[in-house]
Amino acid sequence: LTLGTCAALAGPDDDQLVINGDLEIATEAPAPAHLDGALGDTIYSGWRYREDETQSVQADDFDNPGMLGVEKARDLWVESAGTGEESCQSCHGEPEEMAGVSPTYPKWDETAGEVQTLTMQINECRTERMGAEPFAYDKSDAVDMTALLTSVSRGMPVNVAIDGPAEETWQRGHDLYYTRFGQMELSCANCHEDNNGQMIRADHLSQGQSNGFPVYRLKNTKLNGVQDRFKGCIRDTLAETFAPGSPELIALELYVASRGNGLSVEGPSVRN
Amino acid sequence: MRRFALAFATAVACATMGAAQDVVAPGGVAVDEYGGIATSLTGAPGDPANGQALMDKGSGNCIACHAVTELSHLGFHGTIGPVLDGAADRWTEADLRGIVVNAKNVFEGTMMPSFYRTTGFVRPGDAFTGNAPKGDVQPLLTAQEVEDVVAYLMTLKEG
Ligand code: HEC
Ligand code: HEC
Ligand code: HEC
Repeated sequence: LTLGTCAALAGPDDDQLVINGDLEIATEAPAPAHLDGALGDTIYSGWRYREDETQSVQADDFDNPGMLGVEKARDLWVESAGTGEESCQSCHGEPEEMAGVSPTYPKWDETAGEVQTLTMQINECRTERMGAEPFAYDKSDAVDMTALLTSVSRGMPVNVAIDGPAEETWQRGHDLYYTRFGQMELSCANCHEDNNGQMIRADHLSQGQSNGFPVYRLKNTKLNGVQDRFKGCIRDTLAETFAPGSPELIALELYVASRGNGLSVEGPSVRN
Repeated sequence: MRRFALAFATAVACATMGAAQDVVAPGGVAVDEYGGIATSLTGAPGDPANGQALMDKGSGNCIACHAVTELSHLGFHGTIGPVLDGAADRWTEADLRGIVVNAKNVFEGTMMPSFYRTTGFVRPGDAFTGNAPKGDVQPLLTAQEVEDVVAYLMTLKEG
């Protein structure tokens, strides 16, 4: 039987992203071997699926509203907090010295004996090293701070490890990625692997890569953490979703990041 | 995808039909070996006008995934499923009812949701809240709404 033809397949566009005229961002990269061809030969940043108008907002830090979160985090960075009256700066120096850190997260933490996201690592410093309260998971301070840490790594390739002690968590994330959740029975892969490039109503489906996080969404006019995004995608399948910071979303964050190994860190990026 | 479904199926549609006891429950649908369903779920004729409305909004929102040329004024049709123009030329009423009730019986592993099924879900939620369901899961469409959508699909003839 022949099914009716779909409208023209509209994949990623050919635009290239250069931020502030000199920071080159790799919005495409060879697909990581572990994907086994599931996304073809090439992976693409979600930026490549957005309209020119949205794309251009990210090309200049003065236009990118996500940079306001970065500025707020620069204040937080030097603000003494907790029992030790220390700031991030007292131990780490300038935020720029953290360049190269965010692309490797989530990663296995030997002392904690678990895979940690960047947010968890920040909170570990706050609670264990500063004697301060943790930032609420994927809420404003946490998201701003991750935006600061990704901003100093922009242009560097995502490079999370999926083997060794991280493998078990990665595998769990993989399994969640292919689980068809909710009354709609839709998995991440249904939308972002099988149908990227297609339209789902008014939305142009991307590969659902996480290299752009945190993402400033024009829709909700704020910076969004990656786990908050996952939570929303799962909720939209008419499912009981998972909370940011839960073991499930930590595992999913590692797995999704690994699907984007090789794409440039873009956060804070801009999407609709 | 808030636009998939906002209003949830309620008993209202059954109440207005008079013969509620004749409604086939989601668990009691007789499906043939190809996934088709020969008999009406309600015994009452479907209303194609309401079926057309359900294509666009409420719990149907079929055009999230399918384009229908006749409905092009509605804008933003999806490209995930086939264009539904001429669906009634390709399928019998029984087939179409089977596809809407549980497309997985017709197309193995399909992405199309099952609109008249209430069991077998992984972590079903309470509508779009992201929370656990409050009571039993309700089908995405009521029995009468399924009949209405099928009645609308039966109008999609090209030949
Ligand atoms: C009292 C010292 C101290 C303070 C204050 C502190 N950190 Fe740390 N931070 C450390 C140490 C020690 C490590 C662990 C180094 C390691 O194990 O790689 C670390 C590791 C990190 C890492 C991971 C680095 C990597 O290479 O994986 C990040 C990110 C980080 N800190 C962010 C912050 C932020 C944000 C703040 C402020 C909210 C902060 N830290 C405050 C001492 C501190
Ligand atoms: C019903 C379809 C659907 C499902 C299922 C779905 N998503 Fe999405 N997702 C979307 C849409 C639509 C967008 C916004 C457009 C885009 O970037 O694809 C999106 C965006 C995203 C983004 C942001 C991409 C960017 O560049 O900003 C990520 C990351 C993502 N999804 C991950 C996931 C994960 C992980 C899952 C499974 C837990 C999932 N999605 C399930 C529809 C879906
Ligand atoms: C999430 C996506 C999605 C939604 C929502 C959806 N469908 Fe489908 N539908 C599909 C896909 C994909 C197919 C192709 C079957 C397959 O998987 O091979 C399909 C197939 C069909 C077919 C048979 C194709 C043909 O030849 O015309 C009909 C009829 C149909 N759908 C009707 C509907 C109706 C009516 C609704 C709403 C009540 C609906 N669909 C909602 C994805 C969807």
